Amino acid sequence: MTGYILVFISAILVNNIVFAQFLGICPFLGVSNKVSTSVGMGAAVLFVMTLATTVTWLLYNLVLIPLNIAFMQTVAYILVIAALVQMVEIILKKVSQPLYQALGVFLPLITTNCAVLGVAILVTQKNYNLLQSVVYTIATALGFFLALVIFAGIRERLELYEIPEAMKGAPIALVTAGLLALAFMGFTGLIAVPW
Amino acid sequence: MSAWKEFTKGFIKENPTFVLLLGMCPTLGTTTSSINGLSMGLAATVVLICSNCVISLLKNVIPDKVRIPGFIVVIASFVTVVDLVMQAYLPDLYETLGLFIPLIVVNCIILGRAEAFASKNGVLLSAADGLGIGLGFTMSLTILGSVREILGNGSVFGFQFIPENIDKILLFIMPPGAFIALGFLIALVNHIKNRKAA
Repeated sequence: MTGYILVFISAILVNNIVFAQFLGICPFLGVSNKVSTSVGMGAAVLFVMTLATTVTWLLYNLVLIPLNIAFMQTVAYILVIAALVQMVEIILKKVSQPLYQALGVFLPLITTNCAVLGVAILVTQKNYNLLQSVVYTIATALGFFLALVIFAGIRERLELYEIPEAMKGAPIALVTAGLLALAFMGFTGLIAVPW
Repeated sequence: MSAWKEFTKGFIKENPTFVLLLGMCPTLGTTTSSINGLSMGLAATVVLICSNCVISLLKNVIPDKVRIPGFIVVIASFVTVVDLVMQAYLPDLYETLGLFIPLIVVNCIILGRAEAFASKNGVLLSAADGLGIGLGFTMSLTILGSVREILGNGSVFGFQFIPENIDKILLFIMPPGAFIALGFLIALVNHIKNRKAA
């Protein structure tokens, strides 16, 4: 049990997906102008990522391994994720209109979010069992959520300041992200991950 | 002559990294040294040229409604090929680049070129476009990798020109340095663009 808690905290703070592993940078830079949109994006990623890892774990262990076609991993995973995102969008539209309005616009963007495919592949590489995979994925997605919301908060404040012409937009955002990553490096060595 | 134009636009005018800001994850994640940046760029270029050619050949076969999944399958197949070849012949490099090789699939540059260019143009132009954009990407990654390696390790392409006993700015080969170095490089490009415009 302690193992799960340690891995959970480590995936959020120490091995943060954005600042330590460089996954999901595109949405991180793209939808972080406002705190409200970043919350929506974070929630959508949490939802899709957990679902995607569960499905790809089952696919890998129940289909690809028995059929001895593990080399098809990349092709199979990306198709499953693309289909899954479409399906989630359709179901959400039918079942819950408010939820669809909150998350709907972000869903098409998630297919090409490398964090989703990245975590699915990472979990396969690390040979996690299903429960470990799900815990790790939820924690990673929460780490993404945290990074995105903090970053959006800073960028909202940044709007108010005068910055040199050449630094406006992406450059200042990247430097800010760098300083945030530096802050997150302070967590290094906080936890020894058991698995 | 137009093939030449498609080829050259990727270097400066439509440079995917510094101007269009696409494909940020491998840009930041793999540029700890010039050689890593160069290899990542070349791997992506191979996939980009192959997928551009095949997609432009198949543009009349793939129905419009399922074109995105179709493109993704083509790209994913080439990524698998590159992945397996690198695993077999360049195991050290494969180890360093790690996760970012399979993740070429979701690199927005490649899908973006398929959608915006290869699905509308002939094979020759698409190949030129793929080669140009791919090499532009490679160039940017190599520059970023070199800047980080020089500042963080005092060497370039593994060639040590600052003596070992002088302190380097180690930060630049660690994750935060990637963000900061790229931020300032883009600012430099913006600055040059602004001065040209003025």
